[in-house]
Amino acid sequence: MGDQTPLKVLIADDTDTDRLILESIVKKEGHQVISARDGMEAVEAFQREKPDIVLLDALMPKLDGFGAARQIKALAGEELVPIIFLTSLTDTESLVQCLDAGGDDFLSKPYNRFILQAKIKAFNRMREMHATILTQRDQIVLHNEHLIQEQTVAKQVFDNIAHSGCLDASNVKHYMSPLAVFNGDVLVAAMRPSGSMMVLLGDFTGHGLPAAIGAMPLASTFYGMAQKGFSLSDILREINQKLKDILPVGVFCCATIIDMNFRKRQLKVWNGGLPDCYIYRHKTASVEPVRSTHLPLGVVGNKAFKDDCLHFELEEDDKFYMWSDGIHEARNDDGDMFGEERLKQVFAANRKPDSLFDDIIGAVHAFVGDGNKDDDLTLIEVKMDKAENIQSKSINTSTLGDRGLKGWVMDFEVQSNSFRYFDPLPLLLNVLVEVPGLRQHSGSLYTILSELYSNALEHGVLGLDSALKTTPEGFAQYYEARSLRLEEPPEGAICFHLEHHTEDDGGSLTIRVKDSGPGFNHANSIDTPHKTEGYCGRGIALIRTMCQSLRYLGNGNEVEVVFNWENDRK
Amino acid sequence: MSSSHVDIEALEMLKEVMEDEFQLLIDTFVQDSTDRLVTLREALASGDADEVRRAAHSFKGSSSNIGAGPLSEICFALEEGGRTNQLDGLEQKLAEAEVEFEAVKVALANL
Repeated sequence: MGDQTPLKVLIADDTDTDRLILESIVKKEGHQVISARDGMEAVEAFQREKPDIVLLDALMPKLDGFGAARQIKALAGEELVPIIFLTSLTDTESLVQCLDAGGDDFLSKPYNRFILQAKIKAFNRMREMHATILTQRDQIVLHNEHLIQEQTVAKQVFDNIAHSGCLDASNVKHYMSPLAVFNGDVLVAAMRPSGSMMVLLGDFTGHGLPAAIGAMPLASTFYGMAQKGFSLSDILREINQKLKDILPVGVFCCATIIDMNFRKRQLKVWNGGLPDCYIYRHKTASVEPVRSTHLPLGVVGNKAFKDDCLHFELEEDDKFYMWSDGIHEARNDDGDMFGEERLKQVFAANRKPDSLFDDIIGAVHAFVGDGNKDDDLTLIEVKMDKAENIQSKSINTSTLGDRGLKGWVMDFEVQSNSFRYFDPLPLLLNVLVEVPGLRQHSGSLYTILSELYSNALEHGVLGLDSALKTTPEGFAQYYEARSLRLEEPPEGAICFHLEHHTEDDGGSLTIRVKDSGPGFNHANSIDTPHKTEGYCGRGIALIRTMCQSLRYLGNGNEVEVVFNWENDRK
Repeated sequence: MSSSHVDIEALEMLKEVMEDEFQLLIDTFVQDSTDRLVTLREALASGDADEVRRAAHSFKGSSSNIGAGPLSEICFALEEGGRTNQLDGLEQKLAEAEVEFEAVKVALANL
């Protein structure tokens, strides 16, 4: 009795007796009753009151139950308004007529209160469920629209980053489905200041936005560093570390990166997790596969990361191909995969090298057949060509000079109140690694700067005698004295002078460290590297092996080293 | 007290549902039915089979709701006659209905 929320029930019956009984039954259940005496009144009442459930007598004057039911169902539209026919008609034909008109159930005479109660309850549950479904459906549609909007924006952002490259170069052919970034695929290409072209093909695990998100730092890092002249290894390490930091466990990027040097006719390849890429030798029309020999990007930190590449000599018109596994895994209607064998066959069957690229795509599309929704192909062909032949919108040879630090001089002085707590080395090193070509030598540079600085500080400023360090007790005394003297604070200053210039293949860095101390007699010590007098210790000997030259200036309170490097160490 | 004309149990349940309106219901039924019988007589007289069917059908329904079983069955016969367009002999049935109705009225009054 009234154990549910009160509903609005429309009762239409032309017999007063019957209608009275029904009204009482329904009211007793706690519901609100709206009465009608014929079909027309019923439809009007429905429009006006919007009842939750409708009880309709089948046979009524003016408009009978069937007609009323049809109109009411039409008015209800998407919503579910259950209609229960009141009838003592028992023949199948009449019952079918009720259902055809839109009736959901019947209630026969004499009216049984409990049966009606049960029907109202059941239909109310259905009505509420239906309303919930509609609401949720609308929410889903809304969310879906949002998702699509988000993806559209993400794609635009990505396109802006990705389009600063040279994929349009005259020696490059590439194919990528338009929404490939949401398959986790990324393809970036840039010309380096040295004139070589670097191309990276990446395939992130996963799909949708999570896969696309990794592509953005990858692309921006790639383009940012390539234009400054950083080497393939530098760029790889930077991307690897970034991805390792930001991607969750289990998400990584299989990638192949190449550096094609047109002047030297050389190719460097690093393949981490992608299928074999091919070198096509045009003289023999043969294919040389380059296997994956590394872990994908973003799996291990840079300590364990291996950036060694394979090197190849190429001739003009030789071509390099790389692809994501979308080609090998493309399926036809039978569920077979395209696979490596078919790919090799395309190469074997080709008679016109210029159409190889189109042959590959044609073969895959033919295999997969029409109407196959999964266009997940990403592939690229890069041809070895004469450097002067390469045209691309992104190349502007006049400004192709290094966009990194090319030639500069820097003086930096550490003063007495800074000695105790300030370590100038990270700051100086930070500046130096912005020089493309020097970044890979950061370890050596740190060693050099560190040794020169500690000599200048301990001997020049603090006035400690390194002869103390020959015995264990002396060692301890030395460092105790060092702490004490640092606390005083010491008087004095240390100046760094850094000077650097680049050539085509490398450059030269000059470092001078001068302290305010008395110096020492350096003229005698230069050629005796193992002597432990004055400022010469094992440290200086090591520095000598790393640098082009090392000499003392002035009183011996200034040391100068010259460090030369070559770009693209092997 | 003739319980063969009306179902006492059904009436008890009705009383429980209708509460204060029970008497109103009885009065409505009596008025309804009286009018219905007049309609039937007129329809039969003018040979309108469809009208006979409709009126009998409604009367059948309301009498069953009131618990007047026998009356309801007589109405069914009248309805069938109207439906199959066999109006001859229905005169007799109509008379039966009128008699039965009187008995029902008495039974209802004695509740």
